[in-house]
Amino acid sequence: MPIRTEPVTLNLGPQHPSTHGVFRMRITFDGEMILDVEPVVGYLHRGSEKLAEERTYVQVITLTDRLDYVSSMSNNLAYVLAVERLAGVTPPERAMYIRVIVAELQRIVSHLVATGFFLNDLGALATPLMYCFREREKILDLFEMLCGARITLSYMRVGGIFQDAPLEFWPALRGFLGYMPGYLDEYERLITGNEILLSRTKGVGILSGETAINCSVSGPILRASGVNWDIRKADPYDVYDRVDFDIPVGTVGDNYDRYLVRIAEMRQSLRIIEQCVQQLPDGPIKTEVPSLVRPPKGDAYGHVEAPKGELGFYLVSDGSISPYRLKIRSPSLINLTALRDMLIGCKLADMIVTFGSIDINMGEVDR
Amino acid sequence: MESVYVPFREANSFYRNMYDLFADWTFWGVSPIPDWLAYLLAGFLIVFSVVNVVIIVTTIGTWVERRLIGRFQSRVGPNRWGPWGLLTPVADAVKLLSKEDTTPEGVDRWVFNLAPLVFITPPILVFAVIPFGKDTYIANLNIGILFIIAVTTVTTIGMFMGGWASGNRYSLFGAMRGVAQLVSYEVPMVLSIVGILLLAGSLSLVDIVEAQVIPFIFLQPLGFFIFILAISAEMNRSPFDIVEADSELVAGFHTEYSGMKWGTFQLAEFIAPFGAAAIMSTIFLKGWEGPFLPSQLWFFLKVCFFWFILLWVRATLPRLRVDQIMALAWKFLFPLSLLNLFVTAAEVLVWDDPTIGQLWAMAGINWAIAITCLIVSSRLMSDKLTTRPPLVPVPKRGGN
Repeated sequence: MPIRTEPVTLNLGPQHPSTHGVFRMRITFDGEMILDVEPVVGYLHRGSEKLAEERTYVQVITLTDRLDYVSSMSNNLAYVLAVERLAGVTPPERAMYIRVIVAELQRIVSHLVATGFFLNDLGALATPLMYCFREREKILDLFEMLCGARITLSYMRVGGIFQDAPLEFWPALRGFLGYMPGYLDEYERLITGNEILLSRTKGVGILSGETAINCSVSGPILRASGVNWDIRKADPYDVYDRVDFDIPVGTVGDNYDRYLVRIAEMRQSLRIIEQCVQQLPDGPIKTEVPSLVRPPKGDAYGHVEAPKGELGFYLVSDGSISPYRLKIRSPSLINLTALRDMLIGCKLADMIVTFGSIDINMGEVDR
Repeated sequence: MESVYVPFREANSFYRNMYDLFADWTFWGVSPIPDWLAYLLAGFLIVFSVVNVVIIVTTIGTWVERRLIGRFQSRVGPNRWGPWGLLTPVADAVKLLSKEDTTPEGVDRWVFNLAPLVFITPPILVFAVIPFGKDTYIANLNIGILFIIAVTTVTTIGMFMGGWASGNRYSLFGAMRGVAQLVSYEVPMVLSIVGILLLAGSLSLVDIVEAQVIPFIFLQPLGFFIFILAISAEMNRSPFDIVEADSELVAGFHTEYSGMKWGTFQLAEFIAPFGAAAIMSTIFLKGWEGPFLPSQLWFFLKVCFFWFILLWVRATLPRLRVDQIMALAWKFLFPLSLLNLFVTAAEVLVWDDPTIGQLWAMAGINWAIAITCLIVSSRLMSDKLTTRPPLVPVPKRGGN
């Protein structure tokens, strides 16, 4: 007698240890093999775009902190770039350098968190996560020196930054630049050659470059798939055209490549910071802009290479003190569009790992 | 009637002393405790004390484990409650006992409530035949090791009962994985023990300890390697913890449990490594035997050593995937354990009654075979795992 079998539908999330927030997937399994995935988002929707229409241009900065709360510097930067383009303001040189320094520090933070949670999803009992958080704490201490906050920073302002870095910041930053490569080497020694990690991540969750482009994926995931696209090179903002750095590009586009790209990007970020510290000029840190900015009628799009991909803010002004419309192009949400293609045919365990390697942040997905 | 109890009484000097204490107790010239009650009381007291020692040691073990894992993860670990956080297990127990014990709708109540008991009994039963020291054991069963293998298998039934009765798909996935894993790893585990049995010539754990002229870990390196892997898999310890893989299955088969039922599952999982370490130190590291120190202390130190190794692995390695775990069992551990068995049998055939020199020669041969086997099989396994060349535009890394 043949045994009757049928696919199992599992509702994974929104409360689940490794959905990185409140993400939900309806997954159809054949045994442990995934047949279909249907992502469901919206559990963390706070209406940031609508809220922005009720606030002045400067007040919106605090809203951007809460999008991707792991990398609020980059969010701040993307938003103020959009406002500056809209209002036609150019920040002073020193501010631009400090912005690049903190944005790259933020990239290291975000990639550390991504790597740590990626290994947590692999089942490494939080040990790599704790190691990654150890260095993240150091960077958060640096941020605390800059603006007193650690997570929701609101450090950027239209036309510059909130305040100049205090004197003790620079030795601390130099110290950090000194020991961070050693820590990165430590991670690589611990993680990169581990055979369990290799067997779990190699050839799993492959995203081809073509599919990645079609899905409009950006950031480390796109580069891991072999597409050399980075907004810091393609459309340089602030002072990225004055520093020398490489774009790490993967070959296969599997989970392992995504991990490698993140590690390599952290090294490149350190290079950028070092050059910025060397080139840093003296001078003012803020262009005089009225606190109630009234940009002329029109629209502008500011985008940066945020740690998770292209983060863009599209602003429409009607000449008043608050934006007429704010549209956020969040990398996490758009990177998720490739999820289904990556997951079908995987095992349940690979599904979690692949999802972790995309490195989404629900605050940004649902906005 | 007397004759029925004699084997029990003669089995264990502790037991006999305790029996004599009760049986010979006189009150105004009469002995109020009948024979059968004396047997019962003596047996109950010994079992009661052993079970409680096991549970108390495990509870302290949870504190040690959490502190050590804290160190592994470069943080402090629990240190708030009591000196160095020593009372943390007490706080845990109070919290678990006073917590609401929810039973979800739609569960199979009988099976659901029975599962924790079925799950915790086998790890404790293991200690019934383990010799804790010279003449310190509950029972010297002549089929001791067979008893352990038989009893530990029952754990899986408890696991599957919990997973099935919960009516939760995470639990079901976990339970299914658990059964598959057990069926796969039982085979190499038993085969790796057979080598020991050939050398010792007995299934009794006391006889196995006494047969170890040199520790069997030297004579059976490959067997030890297979055994430690297989027993980690049977206990669902990392890197084989797919049964409750918290990042995938929330908590696997005990997702739906709360309160002390959940606590019972956790306790069983904390007892299991102690049991495994006790088995390993008994059959591979000469059990209680050692110079100077009391035999019980020697045994405890050896158990702590193996327990620490298991903990170390748990804190370090990521998890394997289901199919990889099955492949490891059937494609590598099974043939290797057969090879080990074959070699050991041949050696026992050649050297019937080995001298010390012949034993060391045997150890040399076995180590050579073990190292060769491990190197070859790791090459075979990591064939496709060579690391990749640097990411395409070779970064000029001179700066860093």
